[in-house]
Amino acid sequence: MNHSPQALMGMSWRMLRRDWHAGELRVLALALMIAVASVTSVGFFTDRVRVALENQANTLLGADLVVIADKALPRRLQQHASELGVESTATIEFPSMAIAGERNQLVSIKAVAHGYPLRGELRVAEQRFVPDRIAATVPATGNVWVDVQLLDQLVLEVGDQLVLGEAVFRIASILTNEPARASGQLFSIAPRVMMNVADLARTELLTPASRVRHRMLFAGDVEAVTQFRSRVEPALQTGERIEGIEEARPEVRSALERARRFLGLAAMVSVLLAGVAVATSSQRFIRRHLDSCAVMRCMGATQQQIQSLFVLQMLWLGLIAGIVGCLFGFGAQYMLVAIVGSLADFSLPTPSLLPILFGMLTGLITQFGFALPPLLHLKNVPALRVLRRELGALSPRVVSSYGLGGGVLALLVIWQAGDIRLGLYVLGGLLVTLSLLAGVAFLLLKLLASLRARLFVEWRFGVTNLMRRPLSSVAQVIAFGLGIMVLLLFSVIRDDLLQEWEGRLPPDAPNRFLINIQPDQVAPLTAFFEAEGINPPQLFPMIRARLIEIDGEAAVPEAFEDPRAQRLLERQFNLSWAAQMQNDNRLVAGHWWSAGDKSAQFSVEEGLAKTLGIEVGEQLTFTIAEQRVTAEVTSLRAVEWDSFRANFFVIASPGVLDRFPSSYMTGFYLPVKEYSILDKMVRQFPNITVIDIAAVMAQVRRIIERVTLAVEYVFLFTLLAGLLVMYAAIYATLDERIRESVILRTLGAGRRRLLNGVIAEFVTLGAMAGMVAAIAATLLGYLLAEQLFQLEYHFNGWVWLLGIAGGGIGVGLAGVLGTRKVLNYPPLQALSEA
Amino acid sequence: MVENISRPIVYVQGLSKRVMSPEGELVLLDALDLEINSGEAVAIVGASGSGKSTLLGILAGLDVPSEGTVWLDNDELFALDEDGRAALRQSKVGFVFQSFQLLPNLTALENVMLPLELAGKGEVERAAREMLARVGLAERLHHYPKQLSGGEQQRVAIARAFVVQPKILFADEPTGNLDSATGERVIELLFELNRQQGATIVLVTHDEALARRCNRSLQIEAGRLGNGSPLEET
Repeated sequence: MNHSPQALMGMSWRMLRRDWHAGELRVLALALMIAVASVTSVGFFTDRVRVALENQANTLLGADLVVIADKALPRRLQQHASELGVESTATIEFPSMAIAGERNQLVSIKAVAHGYPLRGELRVAEQRFVPDRIAATVPATGNVWVDVQLLDQLVLEVGDQLVLGEAVFRIASILTNEPARASGQLFSIAPRVMMNVADLARTELLTPASRVRHRMLFAGDVEAVTQFRSRVEPALQTGERIEGIEEARPEVRSALERARRFLGLAAMVSVLLAGVAVATSSQRFIRRHLDSCAVMRCMGATQQQIQSLFVLQMLWLGLIAGIVGCLFGFGAQYMLVAIVGSLADFSLPTPSLLPILFGMLTGLITQFGFALPPLLHLKNVPALRVLRRELGALSPRVVSSYGLGGGVLALLVIWQAGDIRLGLYVLGGLLVTLSLLAGVAFLLLKLLASLRARLFVEWRFGVTNLMRRPLSSVAQVIAFGLGIMVLLLFSVIRDDLLQEWEGRLPPDAPNRFLINIQPDQVAPLTAFFEAEGINPPQLFPMIRARLIEIDGEAAVPEAFEDPRAQRLLERQFNLSWAAQMQNDNRLVAGHWWSAGDKSAQFSVEEGLAKTLGIEVGEQLTFTIAEQRVTAEVTSLRAVEWDSFRANFFVIASPGVLDRFPSSYMTGFYLPVKEYSILDKMVRQFPNITVIDIAAVMAQVRRIIERVTLAVEYVFLFTLLAGLLVMYAAIYATLDERIRESVILRTLGAGRRRLLNGVIAEFVTLGAMAGMVAAIAATLLGYLLAEQLFQLEYHFNGWVWLLGIAGGGIGVGLAGVLGTRKVLNYPPLQALSEA
Repeated sequence: MVENISRPIVYVQGLSKRVMSPEGELVLLDALDLEINSGEAVAIVGASGSGKSTLLGILAGLDVPSEGTVWLDNDELFALDEDGRAALRQSKVGFVFQSFQLLPNLTALENVMLPLELAGKGEVERAAREMLARVGLAERLHHYPKQLSGGEQQRVAIARAFVVQPKILFADEPTGNLDSATGERVIELLFELNRQQGATIVLVTHDEALARRCNRSLQIEAGRLGNGSPLEET
């Protein structure tokens, strides 16, 4: 006996080729390919974004280090930097209105100083559709560079004039690339206007109450920058934060992490189904190799040798299918990039090898987890089977020992989740969902069984086939049901919910918000509205303030576990004051201040109070323009945020905030036909910023559509895996089906009749999956609407129609294709083989 | 008994096989003694259920006895473990079965190559091609078993059995699945190859014509051997 590893490898490779030619391994290979492709497509995509973040961190930042604040940063920072030989520059960013002729548009202005950017490059084009070039400097004074969308929106060309506040600028170039663009083009409803910081004062757009983001950028050699950071960081004030290349683009990082987890977990559903297909098809493979093993044992093959041969054969298959799956995954990720890549506004590099490693590992784990238990049985097939065929058959106990596969998949899920608790939640959720789906599928099957006697003979035959293999049928119903459910949930039900949300807005809900209104503009603006025949909306004073203490205790983000609480404390609040409570607010605790009450009081929105643990009677301290303001919380209010009316988290009693510089804001409804009034208003009050709610809502809808499209795309792999589960199930029963059809044909059943039976079987299976999917999608839609979004859920018949008809037709077609061999098999051949 | 004494190629002493059945213990073979000399052709004949296939299985080391010993070419079969018996089969034993037992996924050529590959021999393909040519299937090398007739399949099986040049060939009803004319040709081939290679043949059969071609027939009845009768006497 030749036991040398080379001889075993060579022989296992030849066995693989022979079995491949015989068509024994195709389903197995396809299942592995789908598992690997679904995991790697997500892996490659998220990895490319990650590599981009790592490699391009400083160009994404525009520097090696950035200090960000919502107020002007002290000049001494730049002095410190130059002492250490670190370059620096500054930018100021804020929203405003741009006016050109009769038109106006909300824009995002960025005023930049000489030297910007310190890392990466600005690129500009002289005209539309001409190649861009690197800009050697920043815009000259009197000039602006703009996004091409702004030219479209305001019907302008390069060389035209643009009004920003009180100043007029010449559009000198089209801005084609800018490092550290805070929001991607998809997120942005305000195109960029870049100007020289020297021009800022004459626009008169900035007031102490304006919403502005100041950035100071630093770059130099690594050591100097590190030294600079260690000197500056401890001295940062509240409201100032530092971003180095390690923590660049935190918003992209956290979105990426969430996408990686969510899409990765979605991909795991396909892996799970692929595991079922692997288990089913490897059973058939093993059943068909029992005799071969016995013959090889007769010829002197040892147990060890047989085990090694089959394990090696599976290893080769796993490696090849893994590589092909990786290639498919690499191709498939381009689609994901096309769908959601534009959310990350930078070029994506080639991915690393990490997703390949993870993909291959997933493939091999799936394969060995689900194929190994029955595979190990092969070594126990006795040689005597050549004389007594009943020996060494695959026992049901072997078939059901998939604990290994389930266990390693559970570990993969936990790893994908990146967190044991989340992983266990997902596993638990998956288990509950699968059990519920299985329960429903089982009940449907039972119901069908009770109706069987009333069905036509072909349908009875088809339904009998489903009931004869109840476990396999239920597995297939779940596999298809999951895929169809996700498609229904993310198309029909998503649209229902969005429509319900949009439809809930009263027809006169504000569709325009005005911010940045100066105190001395309150009276003229009210007069303007009256002159235009519009009922003047209520104008609310607004002051930016930072919450620093709750009842004497420092309110710092680190003190809270809730990410929302942390975010709230990192940014500034918009405070307002009022004598009367707004009509649409509702008091839920405490009391509103009376007219004569002069004491300092706050009223807090109940959701905020809950997040930050604020109760009536506690003292809140804010800082406003370096001064502390403390008052007692005397009431909590309920606010309908989705009414789109102007509302505030914290409102002060009159007299508390009057001495601070403030701006005013308001929201109002403007009928579409009266939009020209806006142009007039912007011309008269150029510093006022107008926000178009319709545009914001359209943007929100677009983002939701993109993200759900990406999820649907990942779940297409689930549907593919579902098809494969069915195909594997058909394939596993192929010999039995051929034998039966031959008996029926010899008894005189025509081909047409057999075909009808097959159609009945698979259309029923698909319709059941569609029904299970519709039930699950409706239930989930109801839960999402009522519990998460507080929307009224309306039953949608399309979910059921699309689910049942789509499932029935799709699965029916696939089933007929999968079993055509049964119908076309020559009866004589089948009889002679029996 | 001393180890180095030369024995008949098959030497059986006190061989019994009992199994448990719902009706109690079932005796399949009952204290058999048997000797087969090198180069002999022996037919084991008997009614269905008489124990002849059980005997063949034990002689080939595919099954273990309840009692007794079997010596195969001077090796005590059941002193070896299963892998040891497998190694013995690989070097000394060939098989031909009633149901051919060809591997359905392998072509005729690949089926004949398989035992050589398992033994790690060189020039596997050339040897297999030559062997198939000797059984008259040079034109059918790349056919799969289902593309061959029953007679052709059994010829592939015979080629596979002889390609390793076994000392003993065990055959279980080699003509059982064939019509009489085809069976006749297969028997011809079997004995022709045996003559060329000088192997010992032990076969189980119902086929009287086949039994007559052997040097002797062993009648087995209810697990016991009747008188061994030389061919001339049957």
